[in-house]
Amino acid sequence: METLNKEIQTKKTIKKIKISGAEAVVKCLLEEGIELVYGYPGGAIMPVYDELFKYENKIHHVLTRHEQGATHAAQGFARVTGKTGVVFATSGPGATNIVTGIADAQIDSTPLVCITGQVNSSLLGSDAFQETDIVGISTPVTKWNYQITKASEIPEILAKAFYIAKSGRPGPVLVDITKDAQFEELEFLYKKCEKIRSYKAIPTINNAKIHEAADLINKAKKPFIVWGQGVILGEAENEFKAFIEKTDIPSASTALGLSALESKHRLNVGMVGMHGNYAPNVLTNECDVLIAVGMRFDDRVTGNLNTYAKQAKIIHFEIDPAEVDKNVKTDVAVLGDVKETLSSIIKLVDKTTHKKWLQEFTKLYQIEYETVIKDQFNPTKKGLTMGEVINRINTETQGNAIIVSDVGQHQMFACRYANFINTRSSVTSGGLGTMGFALPAAIGAKMGQPNREVIAVIGDGGYQMTIQELGTILQTNVAVKIVVLNNSFLGMVRQWQELFFDKRYASTVMTNPDFVKIAEGYEIEANRVTDRSNLNEAIKTMVSSKTSYFLEVVIEKEDNVFPMIPTGASVSDIRLS
Amino acid sequence: MEEKQNFTVSVYTENNIGLLNRLSAIFLKRHINIESMTVSHSEIEDVHRFTFLVNITETLIKKVVLQLEKQIEILGAFYHTDDEVIYQETAMFKLSSEYLYDERIQNKLKLRRAHVVTITKQYFVIETTGFKEDIDKLYDRLKPYGLLQFVRSGRIAITRPKMAISELLIEN
Repeated sequence: METLNKEIQTKKTIKKIKISGAEAVVKCLLEEGIELVYGYPGGAIMPVYDELFKYENKIHHVLTRHEQGATHAAQGFARVTGKTGVVFATSGPGATNIVTGIADAQIDSTPLVCITGQVNSSLLGSDAFQETDIVGISTPVTKWNYQITKASEIPEILAKAFYIAKSGRPGPVLVDITKDAQFEELEFLYKKCEKIRSYKAIPTINNAKIHEAADLINKAKKPFIVWGQGVILGEAENEFKAFIEKTDIPSASTALGLSALESKHRLNVGMVGMHGNYAPNVLTNECDVLIAVGMRFDDRVTGNLNTYAKQAKIIHFEIDPAEVDKNVKTDVAVLGDVKETLSSIIKLVDKTTHKKWLQEFTKLYQIEYETVIKDQFNPTKKGLTMGEVINRINTETQGNAIIVSDVGQHQMFACRYANFINTRSSVTSGGLGTMGFALPAAIGAKMGQPNREVIAVIGDGGYQMTIQELGTILQTNVAVKIVVLNNSFLGMVRQWQELFFDKRYASTVMTNPDFVKIAEGYEIEANRVTDRSNLNEAIKTMVSSKTSYFLEVVIEKEDNVFPMIPTGASVSDIRLS
Repeated sequence: MEEKQNFTVSVYTENNIGLLNRLSAIFLKRHINIESMTVSHSEIEDVHRFTFLVNITETLIKKVVLQLEKQIEILGAFYHTDDEVIYQETAMFKLSSEYLYDERIQNKLKLRRAHVVTITKQYFVIETTGFKEDIDKLYDRLKPYGLLQFVRSGRIAITRPKMAISELLIEN
C-alpha cells in the first residue's frame, strides 16, 4: 500500500501520467484502502478486471458463483469489520442480479460500493446487448447512484461513493461505468471526499434535547431501552454499556442490534419483536419511559402501532432525521452520532437502581423459560429442535463465534438463543428478510474476520437459494462452518399456515437433495445428524475443524417458533404457544 | 381521520441527471399521486427547484419531506399549505379560427384575463395564467367549441414565509 501511495504521490508531483479509466478504478480502491472485492466478470466490465489482474497482489478479488452472492458476501464482510464492502458486476443481468443485495444493504444500513460495467455511452438507451438501466432500477434501493460516461469523472465520483456509503447512516452506493469510460485515458489525481454540500452525514447535536432526555430518564420509575444496530454502526458499544450500567435500565435488542451488548449482561433482557422474548415485549407496554437507541421502530418490532407503548414517554436517539416520528411519535428526539449523544447524556443521568422493575423482567423470563425455552433445550419429543442445536453451538463456541443466520424459523431460533460475547457477532438479513443471505454473507464474514469462528445457520429452503456459493468456498478455501437445520419445510411459512391458514400447507413442503453429497461434491467435509445422541459430538467435530465444514441437522418437521406476536396484534398480546 | 389537503412541496437540488427518478420514487413508494410538477432554475446559481403539488395529510407530508431531504443531492425540501404560497398555473388552448370573432368566446376571454397569442387562418391560440380553478372554468367554457389542443403547466409557487435554503447553503 505504502509504496503504491508513494508511487501515486510521485506521479502527482513530477509529471501527470495518463492512465485508463479502468486502472483509475483500481487505483481509487487502493486509495480507499480496499483489499478485497467480490464480483463476477462480464463483457462490460472486462477492462476493470484486466486491471485487477495486474494489481492482484494488492487487491484480492473473490469470484462468487452469482452476483447476488457477491453482494451478500460484501455485506457479511462489512457487517463484521465496519469497513465498506465492494462489489463488481457486469452490465445487464450482472447488474440486475445485485439488486437484491443492494436492497438488503439499504434497509439494513450496510456500507457497500457496487461498481457495474455498462455498455458504451454511444449505445446507451438503444437496448444494446446486456444493457439495463441499472441506475434507474437501483435508484429506490441505493443511498446514492451515478453513471459515469467519461473517464475523467472516475476519481471524484468514486471518492464520493466511498464517502457516502460509509458516512452518517451507512448504505449502498452504485456507480455504473460505461465501457468506453473504462478505456478512455485520464490524468489520475485522487482526493478523498470529506464533504458534499447537499449532504449532511450527521445532524448537529441539540444539547437542550440531551438535557430533556436526561430529565425524563432521571424521573422515570420504569425506564426501558430498546437498542438497534445504530449502537454497532456508531461504534458506541462502550458508551451504551456505561449508560445502561449507570442508570440500571433493562435493555432489549432488536434483531440487528444483537451482540452490541453481551447476551448474558445482567441488564440485557433479550430481544424485542415478533419472535423476541416475552418480558421485553410485554413490558414495552408497562414502562414509563421508552428509550430507543439507534433503532427505527420496524413493524416487526412494534406490532400494532396503535397499542405500542402508548403509556410511555418516548426518547429516540437517532442519526437519521427521517426516522424520527416515522412510525412512533417521539417526545424527545436526540439527533446525532449516538457515540457522542450517549457520551453527553452519561454525564447528566443519575446513578440509580431499578431493582423491583428488573425483577418484573426476571419473573416473565421464568414464565417464558418454563413454557418455551426449557422444551427447546431439553426436548420431550423425539425430534431434534432448532433451539437445542443453537444451544449446543453456544456450548462449543462459548459465545465467541460469529453467527450468520439466514431467514426463517432457524433465524429466529439463532437470534433468540445464540450467546454473544463480542460485538459484530450476529449477521442476519433483518429488514429485507432475504432468504439465501447467510451462505455468501458467512463467506464474507470469515474473510473479514479470519481469526474468528464463523458459523452460518441456514434453513433447507434458504440454503438452496444461494447453494452455488459452495463453489466460492471450494475455490477460496475459506473456513466457513455451515449448519443446515433441515425440517423439509419452508418452516416459517408453514408455521403461519398452521396457525392462520388451517394447516393448508400450500407449496411449503420441500423435497430435498442429499445435502451431504452436495457438500462433498465441493470437497467440503460433511456430516448429517438425525439423532439426538450424535448431536453434541457432531457439533464438536464441526467447531474443531480447521477447514470449512458442512453439518446437516434433521429437525422435527412441524416445530414452531414461540413466543409470537401475530401480525396486527399488540406487543403485550404476545403468545407463548 | 386527518384530512387531506393541498401541499406545495419545494425541493432544492443539485442539477444532476436522474434526480427526478429518485424524488418521484419516494412519492411512488408511499402510493402518493403527484398532482403537478415543475422543474426550473431557482434563485440560487446552479441550484434547481422542483415544485410538486400533492393532496395528502400533513402527517404524511412531513414524513415525505424528510425522506426527500435525506437524498444525497437534495439541498433542502419544504412543504407549504395553499395559504402559505402564492401560486399560479399557465394553460394554452388551441381553437379553430371559425370561432375567432365569436362574441361568446371574446367575452369569456375578457372575463378570465386570457389573451390570444397566435392567430393563423386555420386556428388561434389562447393563453391564460391563474389559479387551477380559473383555468378549469375557462376550460369548461371553451370545451363546447371543440378544443384542438389543450395544455396546462404544473403549479409554480412562491412562498409567503422565507425559504431557509440560502442559509442552509451558507451553513454548509
